[in-house]
Amino acid sequence: MDIAAIAKELNLEIRSARDRLENIVTGGYTGDLLSDVMANSHAGDIWITRQVHQNIVAIATLKEHAGIILVNSCEPAKDTLERAKQENVPILVSRLGAFELTGKIYNLLAKDK
Amino acid sequence: MCAAENILEKHSFDIEGGNFSNAGTVSTKIKSILKQKNLPDDVVRRSAIVCYEAEINIVSYAKKGVISLTIRPNSVQIEADDEGPGIPNIELAMQQGYSTANQQIREMGFGAGMGLHNIKTYSDIFDISSEVDKGTFLKMTIHTQPAKD
Amino acid sequence: MKLREVKELLNADVIAGEEKLDMEVKTAFGADLMSDVLAFAKAGSMLLTGLTNTQVVRIANVLDIAAIIIVRGKKLPAETVELAKELHIPVLSTKFILFETAGRLYAQGIVGCLEKVEK
Repeated sequence: MDIAAIAKELNLEIRSARDRLENIVTGGYTGDLLSDVMANSHAGDIWITRQVHQNIVAIATLKEHAGIILVNSCEPAKDTLERAKQENVPILVSRLGAFELTGKIYNLLAKDK
Repeated sequence: MCAAENILEKHSFDIEGGNFSNAGTVSTKIKSILKQKNLPDDVVRRSAIVCYEAEINIVSYAKKGVISLTIRPNSVQIEADDEGPGIPNIELAMQQGYSTANQQIREMGFGAGMGLHNIKTYSDIFDISSEVDKGTFLKMTIHTQPAKD
Repeated sequence: MKLREVKELLNADVIAGEEKLDMEVKTAFGADLMSDVLAFAKAGSMLLTGLTNTQVVRIANVLDIAAIIIVRGKKLPAETVELAKELHIPVLSTKFILFETAGRLYAQGIVGCLEKVEK
């Protein structure tokens, strides 16, 4: 399943890297502690977080995440967005909280398998 | 002022800056005091939340401080008075997401820049004043009667 | 669903509050930032988190959180366990990451709780 399909299904708003929405999502990681995400997430994960500062782009790039979804209608900080555009990392925004969004994505991925 | 004679109960607690293992004990005590008064759950909960945030702020940033609880017939008031670095720009500090927390504080799950904002949203009346290199004073009032709106 | 069923669903260990496993739970909140928990979590929900310091228990007490679910199999410091027992807050620990934990609970009908406070 690619990011575009998840975005469409869950009404996510796209903030950067529209040309990378065909990135395939193979799993998910939900978390707000950067050191934890760095240590435990995997390539191909969609990262669900409420952190908005620019370090998230560096982590998503290093860990080769499929993209980042910000929860609770959190918007990326200005420098985060610039960095995401430069690095071509998709950042999307959801109105849902982390639990609910995670639940929905988990179910979508499970159905897809 | 004129409310002074209406005080039903007053408690004060000392808080030590930098002592994270004790952080939150005052809020826990205040919560149990309020619970015994049979106040509405929502009032107890909101009082405990604002108290907790204020307590964490003192532990995170100040040398020491005092939190006091005043119960009146129609309100619960929590004051947090600390000796510490103070806040140079209150408006900025009130913004969601703004924080000067260090790595230790962040690793504990704090310092997301929500504290003062949370205090304001959960209080019915919120006052803050601060002097750089002296300290910060917070006063939170929560009405115990349902609001008229 | 009962906390006991949550325990089975997540293959979780009960760290504290064995006596409360028959409690009904309906909502959950997942976060690693304590200030977010304070801002948004509703009373009576389960708190799913990767944090293990004593403040997690303090906050659960302040907010009337029903139970704490520690994710990623993180070991809890002894003082956290002690405080949870003292304050009678059930704590479960699962090896699953937050993504899997939230996914499994959501699939079983647990809903998210978000208390949006008007500014």
